Amino acid sequence: MTMTETAPNASGYKDFSVGGFTFSRDEYFVTVTWPTGSHQMDIVQWLRCVQRDVAWEFFYGIINFDEVIGTMNHYGNVDMFAGRFNEAYRRAEVDYNENFDHDELLGCFKAMLSDWTNEGYDPFAAPMETGSAYGTSQGDNDKAVTRKRVVAERMVSVPGDEPIRSDESGFPINRAFADVHQDEPVITAEPGYEDQVCSFSLYAYLSRSDVTWNPSVVSACKESLYCPTTEEFILPVIHGNDRVEWFVQLSDEIQWDVEDRDTGAKRARVVMKAGDVAAMPADIRHQGYAPKRSMLLVWENGSPRIPEMIANGEAPVRPVDF
Amino acid sequence: MPEQYTTVFGSLGQYEKGGVEVINDNPKHYAFSNMFEVASGAKPYEKVAVAKNLEYVLEVIRAEGTSEWRATPHDEFALVVDGSLEIELLDPTQPLVDQDASGSVGIDGEPAGSPMGRVQAGRGHMTLLPAGKAYRFHSDGVAVVLLQTIEGPDTVFRWADICQTV
Repeated sequence: MTMTETAPNASGYKDFSVGGFTFSRDEYFVTVTWPTGSHQMDIVQWLRCVQRDVAWEFFYGIINFDEVIGTMNHYGNVDMFAGRFNEAYRRAEVDYNENFDHDELLGCFKAMLSDWTNEGYDPFAAPMETGSAYGTSQGDNDKAVTRKRVVAERMVSVPGDEPIRSDESGFPINRAFADVHQDEPVITAEPGYEDQVCSFSLYAYLSRSDVTWNPSVVSACKESLYCPTTEEFILPVIHGNDRVEWFVQLSDEIQWDVEDRDTGAKRARVVMKAGDVAAMPADIRHQGYAPKRSMLLVWENGSPRIPEMIANGEAPVRPVDF
Repeated sequence: MPEQYTTVFGSLGQYEKGGVEVINDNPKHYAFSNMFEVASGAKPYEKVAVAKNLEYVLEVIRAEGTSEWRATPHDEFALVVDGSLEIELLDPTQPLVDQDASGSVGIDGEPAGSPMGRVQAGRGHMTLLPAGKAYRFHSDGVAVVLLQTIEGPDTVFRWADICQTV
């Protein structure tokens, strides 16, 4: 199975196909077809979702682009589906699922993102910080869509690991965090221990993030990963969990819609303010809304044992029982 | 009109807690708590778990006065979310904790070893507590620390007290 692409259409964009799926875009929309149906989405929403799926390499669990289309990561291979987690599609038996090699679907998405993202539009940016995605094909923004996701091995600022951010390294303070103090901790290391006495300002680091809704690893305690991110506007994807995930609201506020992972039925709204901690159970899907850019600490367990535990039903659905 | 934003960080003295608005679920499934509320009701240097994922935990620590020395078998990370904190690091002469253990252990008295240095950390500052080393905290006032670690002998679980239940 291989990806194919066509010559540019009337709007200047290539069509892509992989397996039974075809993808085409025009000035406003993406149209997706599969053997049992078709679907359209706003191209802005589509690009914002594909960008996260590419950057996260399909992340943990399910990435719903909307109530119909999405991907499910099996860590080495990945499903692309239509209607699989939509009760009406399933009942009508028009849902569709196809499994792909991880690199094959990722390659298709990367090619699509490069061809369909116009100059001046950044799918990672908040709407007020980027140009328009609409219209006929105009140049590209490969610099933005191929950003490297930060993955610290030990901790940001540790010698040899990911560096802190600065004006000089191309990370100015975001407009919404202009009031965040930029002072760094005072470190006094004895001779010989300069590489082991390490500390940095996480808040200053996050205030200089140039992306939204993009958890990146800043510290790792074995498989326990701190993945903070800055959030503004709407999480474009509806994230379906395959494991328990935790949120620590470091600043400001995010409101989450929580639905049943498999049916989409509403289960709860979770309002998180600065200092709040909440788990997302392993059987839900969630989408967040941040009216002002905020700092969210996403805490993940990146253990390679978890997919097997999921398959065996050994991974807990709820974070704790009490 | 130029954009002007105020970033809201909570503190022990001023925080506003959100919550779970249930539609068809049990609020306990979200283990919803607030770090500052937990620290408000904690004893100095009590290690109260506010998040747990298999063996891994996040602990809230109310830092007040000087802590005991603790030795950690693996890296831990201390994020100050309120107040000011001094962190002292020590390279022990002899191993103080089994390297295969989980979570830090308290050390009686002053362990022998070489001073590694110290960090003066304020709100938002994150510090590496290196594997195999010892550390102690000091705060002239009250600080709140979120510790990324593994469940250990001193981790305190009191979910029913700290989490939203209805």
